[in-house]
Amino acid sequence: MRPLITAIGLLLAWEALTWATGVPVYILPPPSRVAVVLVERFDLLMEQAAWTAAEMILGLALGLVLGAVLAVVFAASAGWRRWALPLVIVSQAIPVIAIAPLLVLWLGYGMASKVAMAALVIFFPVVSTLYDGLRRTDQGWLDLAQTMDACPRAVLLQIRLPAALPAFASGARIAAAVAPIGAVIGEWVGASAGLGYLMTQSLARGQTPLAFAALFLLCLLGLALYHATDRAARRLVPWQSPQGE
Amino acid sequence: MTFVVASPSLSVRGARIAFGDRVVANNLTLEFPGGRTTCLLGRSGVGKTSLLRWLAGLLPGAERAAPLAYMAQRDLLLPWLNLLDNVLLGHRLRGDAVALGAAGPRARTLLAEVGLGHRLGDRPETLSAGMRQRAALARTLCEDRPVVLMDEPFAHLDAVTRLELQDLAARLLAGRTVVLVTHDPLEALRLGHQVRVLSGTPFTVGPVIEPPGPMPRDPADPTLLGLQGRLIAQLRNTA
Repeated sequence: MRPLITAIGLLLAWEALTWATGVPVYILPPPSRVAVVLVERFDLLMEQAAWTAAEMILGLALGLVLGAVLAVVFAASAGWRRWALPLVIVSQAIPVIAIAPLLVLWLGYGMASKVAMAALVIFFPVVSTLYDGLRRTDQGWLDLAQTMDACPRAVLLQIRLPAALPAFASGARIAAAVAPIGAVIGEWVGASAGLGYLMTQSLARGQTPLAFAALFLLCLLGLALYHATDRAARRLVPWQSPQGE
Repeated sequence: MTFVVASPSLSVRGARIAFGDRVVANNLTLEFPGGRTTCLLGRSGVGKTSLLRWLAGLLPGAERAAPLAYMAQRDLLLPWLNLLDNVLLGHRLRGDAVALGAAGPRARTLLAEVGLGHRLGDRPETLSAGMRQRAALARTLCEDRPVVLMDEPFAHLDAVTRLELQDLAARLLAGRTVVLVTHDPLEALRLGHQVRVLSGTPFTVGPVIEPPGPMPRDPADPTLLGLQGRLIAQLRNTA
């Protein structure tokens, strides 16, 4: 209830500001105008939102899988870790906006380059949180497994991996929060569809209210993705962290 | 219950337990008689747990003397498994499907024996501390090893629950070679065929104390209380 009241308060303040200052609509449209555009151009906006949502969801899925596989490989093999971990860190040292044009060049203006971009932004928090979780298994559990004559593979799959799932869930939440960044940057750099694409197009034509409407939907999409991921994480990982008094 | 045919004795000969420069035990020679319960009593930090971990082969350079089951101070139940699967953890980890299938009925029987037969499908977080430790006891017994090492297994429980679990453990562990580490003199006297006191740095092991009577002994028994008084005095002097 409280966030809703805050949101309504902010919208009213914004409406009052535009009315009081008489700022032109192409600079800052009042929320009422944005709402009208949302209704009038509903079909167009939904079409573009569906496209961006698909990019974000596919990017999130790809990033989660890629990140999880890498983290498990790093935990299982010191050799792989020594070779690949520096590469993972370098991949994050390069700003994603700098790689975006290259990805569009290689993968085209379609969805693939945006999915790749989102996955690139997402996989790092997933790798780092899950790998960290895999390294921090409760020593008591590892000792117990050792006295039970468990092989390293069984320890990894049956103890270390499930024990690291709360960490993975944290990584997935961060990933869901940053997924829109990857997708939208991709659309700004070069695209033929999507909310980010619609924003650049409408701004170029002075249709600022439409750009705001697209931004509003983008915000809703991001929130929905985060909450869906959060709910899934709570459902799949009902225990929170390793025991400890 | 499976009948334990022969539980081997455990021998320590000239062992050295050290962490870097800190020597916990030097040239340690100790005998744990087969099929009997030996309680190691000592103040916190004397090295009881280190000795137990050494016996379990958990310390670098240590080798396990015999197949054994280990029960720690914390229950170490896995929160993502239900009670039955937790009790079967050893079989699950060893990945032997036939043995796992065969151990199922035994695990159910053990959980029933510790009073948790109606909670097989429940997750550990839904249980009280006492119930969880009982489940850990069932898991330890489900391993069906001739040697059982226990590290202050009831330290975190309230007094009454502790007494109940001691009774249960004494009944279910009979016939196995048990080494139980504790800082509670009464616990040692209730459960041990033998009690040995650890003291000093590096620690030395005191002479064998054999409390009279069958176990678990009555905590109100005057002989036991007298022995407890003497043990407490001894522990105080060896600080």
